[in-house]
Amino acid sequence: MTTTSTSERREVTAIAGGVGEPVLRPDGGAKVDGSFEFSSDRSVDGELWAVTVRSPHPRARILNVDVSAAVALPGVAAVITADDVPGVNGFGLIASDQPVFAVDEVRFVGEPVAAVAATDAETCARAAELVVVTYEVLEPLLDAERAIDGTFEPIHPDGNLIRHQRIVRGDSDFVGEVIVEGTYEIGMQDQAFLGLEAAVAVPDADGAGVELLVATQWLHEDRRQIATCLGVDEERVKLTLGGVGGAFGGREDISLQVHVSLLALVTGRPVRAAYSRSESFIGHVHRHPAAIWMRHHADRDGTLRKVEARFVLDGGAYASTSSAVLINAVTHAQGPYRCENAVVDGYAVRTNHLPCGAMRGFGVVQACFAHERQMDRLAAACDMDPVDLRLLNAMETGDHLITGQRVENVAPVARCIRETMALPLPEPETEDHVLSLPGGAGLTADGSVVRGVGMAVSIKNLMYSEGFDDYSTARCVVRDGRVALKFATAEVGQGFVTIAMQIARTELGLADVDFESIDTAVGSAGSTSASRQTWMSGGAVVEACRGVVGQILDQVATDRELDRDGLRIEGEWVTADGVPVVMVAEAVAGHLFEFTAEYHHPETTELDEYGQGDCHTAFAFTAHRAVVDVDPDLGLLRVVQIATAQDVGRALNPLSVVGQIEGGVAQGLGLAVMEEIIQTNGVIRNASFTDYLIPTIADMPPVVISLVEEPDPRAPLGAKGVGEPPCISVTPAIVAAVDDALRKAGRRVSPLTRVPIRPQDIALAGEGSTATVGS
Amino acid sequence: MKRVETECTLTVNGVDHAVSGLHPGESLLDTLRERCGLRGSKGACEEGECGSCTVLVDGEAVCSCLTMAAAVSGRSIVTVEGIGEAGAADLQDAFLRAGAVQCGFCTPGLIVAADALLTRNSSPSVDEVREGLAGNLCRCTGYGRIVEAVLDTASQRREQP
Ligand code: FES
Ligand code: FES
Repeated sequence: MTTTSTSERREVTAIAGGVGEPVLRPDGGAKVDGSFEFSSDRSVDGELWAVTVRSPHPRARILNVDVSAAVALPGVAAVITADDVPGVNGFGLIASDQPVFAVDEVRFVGEPVAAVAATDAETCARAAELVVVTYEVLEPLLDAERAIDGTFEPIHPDGNLIRHQRIVRGDSDFVGEVIVEGTYEIGMQDQAFLGLEAAVAVPDADGAGVELLVATQWLHEDRRQIATCLGVDEERVKLTLGGVGGAFGGREDISLQVHVSLLALVTGRPVRAAYSRSESFIGHVHRHPAAIWMRHHADRDGTLRKVEARFVLDGGAYASTSSAVLINAVTHAQGPYRCENAVVDGYAVRTNHLPCGAMRGFGVVQACFAHERQMDRLAAACDMDPVDLRLLNAMETGDHLITGQRVENVAPVARCIRETMALPLPEPETEDHVLSLPGGAGLTADGSVVRGVGMAVSIKNLMYSEGFDDYSTARCVVRDGRVALKFATAEVGQGFVTIAMQIARTELGLADVDFESIDTAVGSAGSTSASRQTWMSGGAVVEACRGVVGQILDQVATDRELDRDGLRIEGEWVTADGVPVVMVAEAVAGHLFEFTAEYHHPETTELDEYGQGDCHTAFAFTAHRAVVDVDPDLGLLRVVQIATAQDVGRALNPLSVVGQIEGGVAQGLGLAVMEEIIQTNGVIRNASFTDYLIPTIADMPPVVISLVEEPDPRAPLGAKGVGEPPCISVTPAIVAAVDDALRKAGRRVSPLTRVPIRPQDIALAGEGSTATVGS
Repeated sequence: MKRVETECTLTVNGVDHAVSGLHPGESLLDTLRERCGLRGSKGACEEGECGSCTVLVDGEAVCSCLTMAAAVSGRSIVTVEGIGEAGAADLQDAFLRAGAVQCGFCTPGLIVAADALLTRNSSPSVDEVREGLAGNLCRCTGYGRIVEAVLDTASQRREQP
């Protein structure tokens, strides 16, 4: 660009493709033409394949592992067991209580016992069958209550109780004028990301370290755990993010990372592994199934006065993030409502079920289902409209959680509720299409379809809690007028790369933004979880860019002898006291600028023994309204429409926000009506997409969205995380709508209390309820 | 007794691939990915439930995980890598513009399936799109943008045939 042409148009306008625009994904072109490389698409010359040998028993003593026949099979390069783990045979995000390979005892069906590397996948599979493990089967612990009451022997050296947390606030003896009570059950949900676990490990030149390409949510944490298990310094383990086919929490824990890395070191060759769908179901952690009792006390006018609750989360065999999930659950027991009195107990326990950990919503999904069902009961008991009851109690900025923490964030709860309810309702069904009937194609519904409407609201904490010093790192380099961003933020499909590009354009006034490889060659970005990357890594990119902006302005001030204090970047211009002086692209030509920033969020504290403390960083709020059609005789239902207003702070990319909302709604809908991992005596019964159903395009209703944009002054750029909030209150909203339909059909008086709703819960309405209604 | 084919020639996106050493019953998906070097087609279940592996065989959308490679020798196969040249570049573009792509793992199969749908029915209704793509799972998007991308493509094609 020449000086003449720039001076002709000295107009400061926002840069195209900056913050706030529906910019398209930079990786989208490769994703639509098939050239985008997922971790399962990477192969390396001379690679071996790997497979894991797993326990068939929920609990058994390992008497002997004989790998001799497997090792003898032609094509097999190595068979490894616990004896071959050179470092610590234990990993885990919070406690290192899970062995790389089981020693002495297996604790869940699917627990790794050995791993095989061979020339091809078929040989691996045959060798795996030749590994002979002799077990003495033990009685499994399958009842979470027995883990609490101490009547079952410890199934792990760390004991059967992973964590207990109590919250006591205000007057614990308070008795309300109106009391409602219920017991709620949430089934075990799977993340069911489409891109199965896959990784390639390549030994480094001297064979002492490893380079791993893997689809994960947190490269640096994986590296820490892998290095510990391998017994090498972290610098010897280099991780690069392979293309990630969805995550939703299911890639936060170690799955195949250590196995392939160790096999690469043992064999001295590249090792590649990919899970099958059935292996994926047992190879990653799940959403905790929960049993929750709650009792709400209110004044006769509906003012919420006290919440009592007891949470039992079945963490399965290993701790994973159970203790953090528990804290999320118990601290969100009140929902997005004012409540000054509380007595809450929560237990996360160890059983011989599949291990549970992170899944989108992280403990709050469970809490929200219970508190929203309670709010519906309370509305009925107070003879109030459920919407009015919620508006009456809606939390505002400055209100307190039952932990004593003051909500400092923008808290537009009432606005979310009002905007949700103001969204248009669907037209009554006119077209007689089979897809518009409950049950859809293949099933029938007769003429007696009843429509119901329900709603629910959620509060969700953003980022990490309990004093964890969370941070993210980003580097910004400007060279020859082009911006290069470097970070270790796992792009899992959510679109962080898009908003990083937008942020750089807006901050720097430069249009061309590239990314370097996402790997461990830069500082940690923390996990792509807890709705934290827009805030945390977005914050790091903002600060890195602002560091460079400072350098650019210094340069301009020197070059042009201008007062540094009056210089800014606005649009694509450097301005002096608001007057454009030179385009940024021109100012940076021939110069190199670089800045690396680490963004930390405000400090949080741990909870004390009464569950008091400022343990969370920030909060976001969402309301959902669901419309459903129900066939009460056949027990079939169809979700007709979801309406939602979500507190997003500021939509940095409206297209991405809508994508997060629609995708989150689909997962919440799945939990409401179809998704549940079934285990019988500790054995998973539905480890396939034939038997574990996730919503198809035919199950998904239109989602009508209102973005509530009240920029949060505490957030970088005012934007709140939007990943988890959309999947939380949609589940109880759907259940409330089904209740409404059943009431209209005259079928059910007591509310539905479990998800997913099964046909029998509808068709046998009123006969199977475990809940009791207080006065 | 039926002879087990261990070699065949696959015509993929107009290019012939002579493949040999096929495992008995080897799926077209495995052959495409591991022998032809065409890793655009994805496997997320390998039992016909997810549609990630959808390819066209003589213009018809099939799950390549359930199709034996040897059974489609000599027939015309189109995968996501060739679908743009085969006339679906507008559909690919529409997916991108509508925000129908997040992680993108479902995208190759969905684009192939949507192309087949639009070939069968150039003016699908919303319900026909939902019915036509019900065999393709997506875990990220909730499908709203996908429906929009397909309907946008159909209407664009009507405007500029
Ligand atoms: S991989 Fe073929 S349908 Fe799932
Ligand atoms: S975009 Fe991730 S599965 Fe569809």
